[in-house]
Amino acid sequence: MAFTPRIGVYICHCGINISASVDIEAVTAFAASLPAVIIARDYTYMCSDPGQALIKEDIEQLKLNRVVVASCSPRMHEPTFRAAVASAGLNPYCFEMANIREQCSWVHPGSEATTQKAMDLIASAVAKAAHLQPLITRQVEVSPSALVIGGGIAGLQAALDIAEAGFQVTLVERAEQPGGHAAQLHTTFPYMQPARELLRPLMERVDAHPRIEVMLSAEVEEIKGFVGNFEASVRQSEEMRTVSAGSIVIATGFEVFDAHIKKEFGYGLYPQVITTLDFELLSAQNLQVNGHSPRKVVFIQCVGSRDQSLGNPYCSRVCCMVAARQAKWVRQRLPEAEVTIFYMDVRAFGKGFEEFYDQVRTCGVIYRRGNPSEILRQGEHLLVRAEDTLLGEVVEVEADLVVLALGMVPRQDSAALASLLKLSRSADGFFMEAHPKLRPVDTSVAGVFLAGCCQGPKDIADSISQARGAAAAAMIPLLRGQVQVEAATAYVEEELCAGCGQCAQVCTYGALRLHPVRNVMTVNQVLCQGCGACASACPSGAVTVSHFTFTQTMAQLEVLLNGSNHQRKQELLPTASLMAK
Amino acid sequence: MLQIESRQFATTHNLFACIQCGKCTGGCPMAVKTTLNPRNLIYRLLVAGNGYDLEGREELWDCTTCATCSSRCPKLVNPMEAVIALRGAFVEKGRVHPNVKTALESTFRHGNPLSMPREERVRWASDLSIKPFGEGVEYLFFVGCTPSYDPRVQQVARSLVKLVQHANLDFGFLAEEESCCGSEIRRLGEAGLFEMIVEENQEMLKAMSVDKMFTTSPHCFNAFKNDYPQNGVQVEHYTQLLSRALENGWLKFSGRFEKTVTFHDPCYLGKHNGIYDEPRQVLTGIPGLKLVEMDRSREKSLCCEGGGGRMWLEGSNPGTRLARWRIQEALDTGAQVLATACPFCLLTLEEALKHQNAEDKLRVMDIAEIADQVL
Repeated sequence: MAFTPRIGVYICHCGINISASVDIEAVTAFAASLPAVIIARDYTYMCSDPGQALIKEDIEQLKLNRVVVASCSPRMHEPTFRAAVASAGLNPYCFEMANIREQCSWVHPGSEATTQKAMDLIASAVAKAAHLQPLITRQVEVSPSALVIGGGIAGLQAALDIAEAGFQVTLVERAEQPGGHAAQLHTTFPYMQPARELLRPLMERVDAHPRIEVMLSAEVEEIKGFVGNFEASVRQSEEMRTVSAGSIVIATGFEVFDAHIKKEFGYGLYPQVITTLDFELLSAQNLQVNGHSPRKVVFIQCVGSRDQSLGNPYCSRVCCMVAARQAKWVRQRLPEAEVTIFYMDVRAFGKGFEEFYDQVRTCGVIYRRGNPSEILRQGEHLLVRAEDTLLGEVVEVEADLVVLALGMVPRQDSAALASLLKLSRSADGFFMEAHPKLRPVDTSVAGVFLAGCCQGPKDIADSISQARGAAAAAMIPLLRGQVQVEAATAYVEEELCAGCGQCAQVCTYGALRLHPVRNVMTVNQVLCQGCGACASACPSGAVTVSHFTFTQTMAQLEVLLNGSNHQRKQELLPTASLMAK
Repeated sequence: MLQIESRQFATTHNLFACIQCGKCTGGCPMAVKTTLNPRNLIYRLLVAGNGYDLEGREELWDCTTCATCSSRCPKLVNPMEAVIALRGAFVEKGRVHPNVKTALESTFRHGNPLSMPREERVRWASDLSIKPFGEGVEYLFFVGCTPSYDPRVQQVARSLVKLVQHANLDFGFLAEEESCCGSEIRRLGEAGLFEMIVEENQEMLKAMSVDKMFTTSPHCFNAFKNDYPQNGVQVEHYTQLLSRALENGWLKFSGRFEKTVTFHDPCYLGKHNGIYDEPRQVLTGIPGLKLVEMDRSREKSLCCEGGGGRMWLEGSNPGTRLARWRIQEALDTGAQVLATACPFCLLTLEEALKHQNAEDKLRVMDIAEIADQVL
């Protein structure tokens, strides 16, 4: 028996978001007049429970087999309505959405033309709906393993948590040894604990763990696949290995700001000018400068941070406490030494930090407010020239050791890793989380998570917190064991395909392969994300993307091009073309 | 009363971005010896409500516009430009030092701030057979006011002409038609007059179809490069041109200059425009010359106190000219010659040298003069 579409159209007011500039009554009447439309209704909030109930009741009572909702962007509520029609027994792909909010009421003034455009959009959605086909959403097995990129303190912690939960973990570290920047630290703030004591047990546990494989001197060169089934090509010396993983944690860390860039401080020119990182090594040698113990030590905060002239506008979050801790160290080891810290603002926001700052001051460290402008040579010593802004006077403070409290910058190779995984980076160059508040460990790519300083400067405690958060999030698909794959994927009509391979060239997911025997292209339905690039590249029209078939798309276009008053369309053109950008 | 609308001023000059870190004042060469304090000034403007009285703020005239403050500000505030704009409020009311008034009037009438007649602009070059610039000539040599009129700096212009001729570069000049670039006029706060000068000079450059030009002074160079609207003209300081001429073998030195030389970076070449290497390339290209550096060099170079209109203003603490400190720094290196590449630096440093009675130990020379000696 031939299929007869029975379509229901539901028009949402979205409070007054749509109804203020679109004549809902006229649009509803128009929708009801369209071919195959059995019923058209409007409601204040179609996405609300009563709104969804309208749709479900009609499906049951009026035997609707296709549903169109005219409301907001599909990015907002397509999942909501797909679930609604599915709960009434329809296939979720038998649903189509007309965006009359973002693409109409929000961008045009209230007018007849705006109402006409809403009508056109609905007519076009109805035309497509008549040709919609049910699709089957499939589940695929998840590889019960994770890949952790970066073996610093965050990566080690994330790897350990995932392995402890029972999954196989591959930890890829570029350096010869794990530990990252934390391994270069001597002591930590605010409890003056040796960094070694924190890092070593973690490294030992990772090393001894039966479910963690640590690949040192190794680099990820390529990543294919998607959540549940990633495949990474890892190079270790000359050998290439393929690592499969259900999810990925990025923990590639940061780089220390290059102090040479701040010419006025003479780093590299004056041997008495060192960085907070150099200080860590020096602490291990009991603070000798040219064979002497320094008597006058000056710390300078915010070197490379909070500095728009360098393109580093952010606060590096650790330097205040690092300098405070090092200053305290000097006071403890060399009670004779005068220690001055030049600061702009002291940021002691973490747990125990303000109390630590209190201790540092009371142990005799002088805090002077001012951002030093330059360091000059004076005989064997240096002069730190600054305005003490509280005195309102220019001061020249003598020093035989100046320590620059360096900020953190994104790794130079972060752009390369970003393009490997199609990750976004924020304006500061660090990897961008999916939402700054609500999704702090997720990325815009499903199954890829962020831990530690690759996402932005943070101290050890925050790196560990984020690492554990990222590990927990990365375990969700692993624990479920299955992930849903997109049903709207590409397929090849083999009798039309010449096997030319142009589709494979444009596919960024590696989903198309030449069949070795049949000599036609085949689509890996798991890898395919339904983007449609292949379908437009195919010279013989052999590739089709389900849910966006030629018939469906042409039906939509035909209505838009022939269906209504052209005069009105001209009025809307400028904004319409703007929206296309 | 010299009231300005401080809120509007703070918005226009991005002063709300200031975090009062003091980096500007800490590096300001004048802040040590006068009451000029850019950080404090910004703060006062910010907290003044909507009106700030500039009365008595004479230290605004101390600023040498050396750009140390603006080049180091971590928040991209430009205190130097704010000072220049505040000077404008004095100029508008005619409340300026008589010397400044004379310089402004002379520039308006005679095309130079030195109260010299226009006819005499070209006297320094009468025996040098420099062709007038015209269509088809590759470079315009923009001489500048001080090199045209000041007997000491005329020697620099003459040396420069010989060098460029020796390098076989095709150039011409504007002779009496040349007028002040307006750099110091702008920095004295006379924005209106500067605008007029820009308009006239732009028309002249266009009418003459100038594509490339070089200047004696870093101040003229900076004005054409950064203050004038983009006009497609490629402007260079002469040290850039000479450095290129050496590199390409157009310029060759046959003599030797067996002296230890230290180089004083002019602010308008260095801090304003980041040109540190080219002057040094010319110096180290001179056979026999040994270059030594002062501690304050390149980005940390100490201003000579000749910029920002200070050639005509003593400032509020004339007893301690920066140029004298600079001479001492040069002496400390053991150098026999203090080289520079700016007419103002040359004059202020030479004056300070006389003051220090150190003429038997050190000479102040322009790079062009040294290079000319080894042609």
